[in-house]
Amino acid sequence: MSDAPYIPGTSDVSIVRDIDARSGLLSWLSTVDHKRIGIMYLLLSLVFFAAGGIEALLMRIQLARPNLNFLSPDTFNQIFTMHGTTMIFLVAMPVLTGMANYLVPLMIGANEVAFPRLNALSLWLLAFGGLLLYFSFIAGGAPAAGWFNYAPLSERPYSPTTGVDYYALSLVILGIASIVAAINLIVTISKFRAPGLSIRRLPLYVWMVLVTQVLILLALPALNASLAMLLVDRLLNGNFFVPLGGGSAVLWQHFFWAFGHPEVYIVVLPAFGIISEVIPVFSGKVIFGYEFVAASTVAIAVLSFLVWAHHMFAVGLGHPVDLMFAVGSMLIAVPTGVKIFNWIATMWGGSIRFTTSMLFAVGFLVMFTIGGLSGVSFAAFPIDWQVTDTYYLVAHIHYVLFGGTIFAVFAGLYYWFPKMSGRMLSETLGKWHFWLMLIGFNVTFFDQHFLGLMGMTRRTFTYPDLPGWAVLNLISSIGAIVMGLAVVVFLWNIVASLLHGEIAGDNPWNAWTLEWATSSPPPPDNFKRLPPVRSRRPLWDLSHPDNPDWKYGR
Amino acid sequence: MPSIPTFNPASTLAQPIAHLFLVLGIVMMSILLLVTALVLYVCFRFRQRPGTSEPRQNFGREGMEIAWTVAPLLLLAYIFTITVHAMHGADPGISADRQPDMVIVGHQWWWEARYTNTNVVAANEIHIPVGKPFLVRLESADVIHDWWVPQLGRKMDAIPGDPNDFWLEADSPGIYLGTCAEFCGAEHAWMRIRVSAESDAEYERWSAHQLEIPPQPVAGDAALGAVLFEQLTCANCHTISGTSAKGKIGPDLTHLAERQTLAAGVLENTPSNLERWLSDPQAVKPGIHMPNFEMTGDQVRDLTAFLEALR
Repeated sequence: MSDAPYIPGTSDVSIVRDIDARSGLLSWLSTVDHKRIGIMYLLLSLVFFAAGGIEALLMRIQLARPNLNFLSPDTFNQIFTMHGTTMIFLVAMPVLTGMANYLVPLMIGANEVAFPRLNALSLWLLAFGGLLLYFSFIAGGAPAAGWFNYAPLSERPYSPTTGVDYYALSLVILGIASIVAAINLIVTISKFRAPGLSIRRLPLYVWMVLVTQVLILLALPALNASLAMLLVDRLLNGNFFVPLGGGSAVLWQHFFWAFGHPEVYIVVLPAFGIISEVIPVFSGKVIFGYEFVAASTVAIAVLSFLVWAHHMFAVGLGHPVDLMFAVGSMLIAVPTGVKIFNWIATMWGGSIRFTTSMLFAVGFLVMFTIGGLSGVSFAAFPIDWQVTDTYYLVAHIHYVLFGGTIFAVFAGLYYWFPKMSGRMLSETLGKWHFWLMLIGFNVTFFDQHFLGLMGMTRRTFTYPDLPGWAVLNLISSIGAIVMGLAVVVFLWNIVASLLHGEIAGDNPWNAWTLEWATSSPPPPDNFKRLPPVRSRRPLWDLSHPDNPDWKYGR
Repeated sequence: MPSIPTFNPASTLAQPIAHLFLVLGIVMMSILLLVTALVLYVCFRFRQRPGTSEPRQNFGREGMEIAWTVAPLLLLAYIFTITVHAMHGADPGISADRQPDMVIVGHQWWWEARYTNTNVVAANEIHIPVGKPFLVRLESADVIHDWWVPQLGRKMDAIPGDPNDFWLEADSPGIYLGTCAEFCGAEHAWMRIRVSAESDAEYERWSAHQLEIPPQPVAGDAALGAVLFEQLTCANCHTISGTSAKGKIGPDLTHLAERQTLAAGVLENTPSNLERWLSDPQAVKPGIHMPNFEMTGDQVRDLTAFLEALR
């Protein structure tokens, strides 16, 4: 490493500095700084998380007792459609893109993303797409055909309000935003890595973000194309998905899930990445089996394109098709299991610090395992013939996407908040947040497995008073309120810590990757100088001159 | 466990699924316990204690990676074989020349059943003889619905333009509850199914009775109701055999009074509930395609008398 600091990045970084030199609202609105854009992504997803959470609570109030009339059927259907659409497209995706935006350049030692202006474009497209979707409420009714919007229910004869049009237009815009962000991150990771930071030394989080962006690039066009076809059907009297006009209702499902299953991994792989950073640092140990964790990510990504019809076992595609997709879906459990075992092996023999971040990571391990195992039961498709479209499935997706993705996001936010803000989040409030969330989550969703087995289907605005249904639903609703409390504690923690939190310093956790080698928060151009990168853990090497990783060729 | 129908099969078609689920459930629970126990052990055993030195850095062991790749693969190979076995049991093949015994059509938001051999037409409440597999052809009149009676076996989607065939069988007499499982619009919640499995003799009796024309009322409220039924355009959507009502949009009402429930499971079939339904269907099942005819109290009473006499 020469003395002159070489920091890879965009050449027009002067623009970044000029704009950020100003302060006030305009400096945020006009920024092209990846850190500010990343933070705005996080704030937007937090706003939508609150919206989606309120929608969830409204549903749980309606379902607390049988035959309630708190919400009308149509309102309930709008609310559950918006809840799903919001949580997938306006929370899970942007919160992960926002974190990647903030962290990737810092973790690879770059001063910016490859295309800062394009980055701002994807943020504002996201904001516009989200507002457009929510505008549907006052434009004649929100979409009410479910977040996967099956045809022909989503066609004009059965969904005559403009809700589905807003859904389709908004998702097209969000899709473009995601593709733009993906291209940006792929180029950034390919071209802007610090000297010495070879692809085999990339932090695992960056590895998984990279694989995720490739998935986005390949999967989102399938969604956007089918949304365009749906709009042709609805607005121009097309017949792509209208059986009476010669179209096919099942075609929509193939198209949607060709996107939709990779989508599951788009919102899960970056969560795996977060866990792969948090667990080693708080265990005081290097990740166990780096190559296997990275390679299993690629395996999951490839397999994720070969399993879409496992969402369609009840369609009646025939045994050969069912069997083929069952094989793919079962195989995907293998690389996922490999990761779980590697994370546990990383903790084994460590010296574990139970910070809030680590608690969420440990919670993730068990919650995600539950979601993964119930996933295998769907792949054994005669079971799917019984439990698909029931509350058993609702429990499954929430164990994957909430117990998995959202728990990992909380782990990541507690871990990186000090870097972003310069202040620590309160550990006391953090622990309240974790325990309320863990208990509330399991009270809400574990019993839903049984509701499904007892015959309760999803997406019903109410249910008959059959034995056991009322009490399990009531328990589930109480759990949802506890989860709501946990989120309030989290929000309180953010506000209180921003005002009075302990000053973090550059590297409060004694972590090892490059983002901890600069100040907290980092300056507009990220680094004054970079440490030499001779292994996967440059800051470990600095603090352990007698036992650096590069001695072992890592 | 009667309240867990998926684990309380009443059909040779549901039995293999319950068995597969039980075996897989034990496997899944064992893995969950193993992972949870490992995590808890590691958390307890390796938590940071004051004065502990920095842990030894362990970059990984290839042998272990291979072990925890191959072991799940073997387990999955086993799960796959029992899956194939259950598939054949739960969804037996259908020979190409076998004609369906029954056509079930999903509508927003009720079920129509047409028995092909007898021309009996039923709605929402379906009768089958015990121990005789019925081949069902499942269709849809509008959007995608899904037939699901957990104690009798697999779900099957009812897809417009793309009929599906499946077997329906019960091996002991009883009432089996089910519902539409694919979201199909406003009243998806109230598209419930009642399958009544009965002995051959009872089934034959029911079937023969369905083909009988109900007695026509000659005087009183019911006779007035019969006139109203035609005047108020009820007949445009509903069929009552022996009358001029031949509509095909809504459920066949020929033997309405013998059904247990109204409006696909919303209400028990009693005269007072039928009055409630007729006075304002939209209040009972909001969003349903039957409009509110804004009848007077007398009209509602007459119509109820007529319909409750349809036996």
